[in-house]
Amino acid sequence: MLHVQLSKRRGDFTLDVDFVAPIPGVTALFGRSGCGKSTLISLIAGLMSPDSGRVQIGEDTLLDTGRSLEVDARHRRVGVVFQDARLFPHLSVLGNLQYGARRVPRGTPAPIGFDDVVSLLGLGGLTARRPHELSGGEKQRVALGRALLAQPRLLLLDEPLASLDLARREELLPYFEKLRDALAIPIVYVSHQFDEVLRLATRVVLLDAGRVHADGDITTVSRHPALRAIVGPDAVGAVMSGVVERTDDAGLTVIRVGDAELLVDEPAPAGQRIQIQVLARDVIVAASRPTGLSVRNAVSARVVSVSPDVGRTVLVELDIGRTSTLLARITVRASQELGLTPDKQVWALIKAVSLRGHVFSAPAR
Amino acid sequence: MSPAETDALALSLSVAARSVIFNLPVAILVAWLLTRTRFAGRTVFDAFVHLPLVLPPVVVGYLLLLVFGVRGPVGGWLYDSFGIQLAFTSTGAALATAVMSFPLVVRSIRLSLETLDPGLEDAARTLGAGPVDRFFSITLPLIAPGILAGAVTAFAAGLGEFGAVITFASNIPGETRTLPLALYTALQTPDGDSLAARLALISFSLGLAGLLVAEFLARRLRRRLGR
Repeated sequence: MLHVQLSKRRGDFTLDVDFVAPIPGVTALFGRSGCGKSTLISLIAGLMSPDSGRVQIGEDTLLDTGRSLEVDARHRRVGVVFQDARLFPHLSVLGNLQYGARRVPRGTPAPIGFDDVVSLLGLGGLTARRPHELSGGEKQRVALGRALLAQPRLLLLDEPLASLDLARREELLPYFEKLRDALAIPIVYVSHQFDEVLRLATRVVLLDAGRVHADGDITTVSRHPALRAIVGPDAVGAVMSGVVERTDDAGLTVIRVGDAELLVDEPAPAGQRIQIQVLARDVIVAASRPTGLSVRNAVSARVVSVSPDVGRTVLVELDIGRTSTLLARITVRASQELGLTPDKQVWALIKAVSLRGHVFSAPAR
Repeated sequence: MSPAETDALALSLSVAARSVIFNLPVAILVAWLLTRTRFAGRTVFDAFVHLPLVLPPVVVGYLLLLVFGVRGPVGGWLYDSFGIQLAFTSTGAALATAVMSFPLVVRSIRLSLETLDPGLEDAARTLGAGPVDRFFSITLPLIAPGILAGAVTAFAAGLGEFGAVITFASNIPGETRTLPLALYTALQTPDGDSLAARLALISFSLGLAGLLVAEFLARRLRRRLGR
């Protein structure tokens, strides 16, 4: 486990966090800009000193103010990929990649080889170039390679996609997915874009105003009220884990989620573990199984709770079996007409089309 | 050119070059202290560094005589212990020139240190580089344009240093009589007008060439760094 417990006051702002992260695995630090994410990265990397705290990776303690222990940043072996890449402008891509590799202390296990990094990140054609000759996405790939070749025991990614346009982000995300599945070290991924978190992370630490508001599996945190406040009402939706069963005769992908089978208009290989996000506004609640509708997915569900939501709507939590839970946003009037109360059996209707773009490959476990 | 002219030219080049060599290590250290550290008396220190810009050069030469003259505290020690004499020698001329151009070099290096992103040094630190390693592998190469510009400007300015040199090192032919001193001497001599004019022309060309070379080198370095 990676255990981080840190507090730091800077003027009016107080950062006070405590969370654990699995090894290996991607833990997302998610929150609005200014919630203290970058400060937290600096503290974990050792570029800044906390007022008090502890950072521990497995058996190794990097910081423990209680024991006056503070390992210098250069000895922490914590790799950082900064938002602005921070490539050394006077060195070629090769020089940048070798910078950390050359400084790895003797006797350090070096599981990540130069050739692996070059092929994993597609850097083959870039090594002779200078940083100013690279695109934004290429810069981030080089920065990532440079950090990996220093043989880190923890990788911190500080909004690596934030300075890129949408097309570049889409180009870079698959590299992060590959990395997530290839690396044996914990990765802490800082972001204020929930879709990035969805694609990469298995655990989410929700930060707001310097404090942890929720911390857990993405399936749990996706239903946390604090998250709704950050992502906005239209992005609210339950995230569930599932497995691709098969492709049906109509070419739709069948995904098993809880006790239900969901049809999705998006190709995926059978057996693939996935995370699927179902937006609350895309779910229709019916009192009985309807017929004569175009909707592909009708899922039997049990009402868990009905809570007030934005405007004249409520958010209905629906249990679809095996601890999988859907969220549906409907109007207050509709809820009253259907008589939605806890434990009532209903049907949840979800269009196969609306799930397109909301299915993400999960890390192999 | 007459032997007097070539002597003066060669001496000027040598004095200016040595003044730059004296200058650089100290100037880099001082510029680094002024940009990267906070200490008590920093403002006074900063003002002290810039004093040669505003003091009459004769005053600088006089102060150098007091400190580095054979009876001065530093000069006396150097002479008694090592037999090194600075006053009235070409090394002394280089020292006087170095002191006069010191603020120019510090300013130039300081400017590039201030524009250097400290995030790059942080990145180097997370990659396992210690302070000295970071300075030589990241900081120094990245402020090279500033160091170079400062060095060339100091060299060009050093070719023409007059007041401090004549006060501290006197006007000895072949030893401390640099271009401006030779020019001054020529003007004091009957029939020295044409010699003075030729020396002035040499000084003018050297100064111009120096400034152009500085600009050219700075541009090339900047392009290499992609700015």
